[in-house]
Amino acid sequence: MTETVITADKLTKKFGDFIATNEISFEVKKGEIFGFLGANGAGKTTAMRMFCGLLMPSSGAASVAGFDVYKQTEQIKKSIGYMSQRFSLYEDLTVKENIRFYAGIYGMSRSAIKEKSVLLLNQLNLSGEVNTLVKSLPLGWKQKLAFSVAIFHEPKIVFLDEPTGGVDPITRREFWNLIYQAAERGITIFVTTHYMDEAEYCNRVSIMVDGKIEALDTPRNLKKTYAAKSMDEVFLQLVRGAKRGE
Amino acid sequence: MKQLSFLLEKEFRQVFRNPAILRSVLVMPIIQLIIFPFAANYEVKNVYLSMVDNDHSSYSQKFISKITSSGYFILTDYSPSYNKAMESIESDKADLIIEIPYGFEKELVKENKAAMLIAVNAVNGAKANLGGAYAANIIRDFNKEIQMQWMTFPAFNAIPTIEITSSNWYNPTMNYKEFMVPGILVTLLTMIGTFLASLNIVHEKEIGTIEQINVSPISKSTFILGKLIPFWIMGLVTLTIGLLVSRLFYGIVPVGNIALIYLFAMVFLLALLGVGLLISTYAETQTQATFVGFFVMMVFMLLGGLYTSIDSMPDWAKWITKVNPVAYFIEVMRMIVLKGSGFADIKYHLLSVLGLAVVFNSWAIMNYHKRS
Repeated sequence: MTETVITADKLTKKFGDFIATNEISFEVKKGEIFGFLGANGAGKTTAMRMFCGLLMPSSGAASVAGFDVYKQTEQIKKSIGYMSQRFSLYEDLTVKENIRFYAGIYGMSRSAIKEKSVLLLNQLNLSGEVNTLVKSLPLGWKQKLAFSVAIFHEPKIVFLDEPTGGVDPITRREFWNLIYQAAERGITIFVTTHYMDEAEYCNRVSIMVDGKIEALDTPRNLKKTYAAKSMDEVFLQLVRGAKRGE
Repeated sequence: MKQLSFLLEKEFRQVFRNPAILRSVLVMPIIQLIIFPFAANYEVKNVYLSMVDNDHSSYSQKFISKITSSGYFILTDYSPSYNKAMESIESDKADLIIEIPYGFEKELVKENKAAMLIAVNAVNGAKANLGGAYAANIIRDFNKEIQMQWMTFPAFNAIPTIEITSSNWYNPTMNYKEFMVPGILVTLLTMIGTFLASLNIVHEKEIGTIEQINVSPISKSTFILGKLIPFWIMGLVTLTIGLLVSRLFYGIVPVGNIALIYLFAMVFLLALLGVGLLISTYAETQTQATFVGFFVMMVFMLLGGLYTSIDSMPDWAKWITKVNPVAYFIEVMRMIVLKGSGFADIKYHLLSVLGLAVVFNSWAIMNYHKRS
């Protein structure tokens, strides 16, 4: 029995009358790659922000890495990495400076940062670009770098909000290789995406429609249940009934 | 504390990569201090005068030559009548009319007194006020000259007059530059305090990096300190440049202790950065922050005693100046630079600004949420 790292129990977020996330419940196991799917406006980002301690839930319960999302957000923050939808590295800092800054605010020592960034830059083939300003890197490289920065302090869980938006298929494949490597090291991956081929890479997938989780299973079982050839079809069947527009 | 060093390192790198910030910290104060004191001039010169001389006597001629040679007035025209002179005022050719009535000389000689009329265009209040006062002064002077002449005749007894002589302490030549430069220096620090820090934080909101920081375990106070310290140091750099410029260009050497100026500036900048921080916690975009910042700065400036004396403000406005750090600093600057006041004299000001710094910063920290 592997350890459970995220639990949600009827977790809800209301903005006035609007119910962004409506009583969602699920569990994520350690080392799992958990796909969090849904159309635009389905409530994915809202849910993710509650897990990360950026947003206060309205009702329901949830814990991340064993810590309560209402009261223990600061402990949660020590155990997670987060890559937001918006590109979040500093464009006016170099590759090396970005790594150092983010690792530094997670409390890593200067020597540990130095050692580890050499390894990382080699792995990303970015050794030649250490002193390049991030704004002059191509988007795909930026995204890979942002992901590597998000897991640099070895968090238990990493939350990725549409990490591959606007990236070409080859870079997306490379990006997913990085995700697999991280999962093998035992880092739990919680990822939202719009690409259904990426959904196939996940261990388990949940699909949100209008703030509710309508389906949750392995990609294979989902395809079987909905008698679909691909995740694309599963998604379309479920999301077609959505009321919230783009 | 270790986290703070990483934050500071990042901020300084970003500042040194941003020429706009460097310019506003280093070059702006120099330019402002060199240009502004010459333009923001309290002395009124070039008052345009329209003369109506109905008397055409030797006394009226004497008077006219006296007033035109004073250096303050430029005679634009001789009008045949008061109504004609009014036309010059209406068309903005003249600021002031002096009318010498018929029989001015005759009255003066016969009755021992004569009347004269001054009419002032008060659209520009400062000019009108001072122009009128200068004219009245010159007339009084003229009056005295006549008296002196007539005193030689024993038939006329001297009328006893009280003459007022005044001496201006601490700024003996009433040099307005010595008065303005320390004040302008304060406005510069105010701008850096209100704008740089708040725009910096709001910029991070706009580009989304603040979320990445909010999701990290860094504490609120560490983050805020990381934002305050760089701009605090930059403010002190600006102050140093400003003091150098006022010494080199205007020869203003503070009479009092420079260390005291720095001490006060340190506390003052803390208060102003608190205001900037507060603005940044409310504003979502740099445009909003700029507008609110401008509004706050206007209030601070206009109720700060730089241009107008606080003593002559209505009571409600005086109360506002009590929570205005700028008002305290302008006064303290002038006290130290011109008068050489010591710590005991500015103690009350220092404590007040310290109190304001605590209030603004705690308010800002309370209003900054890592979670919405």
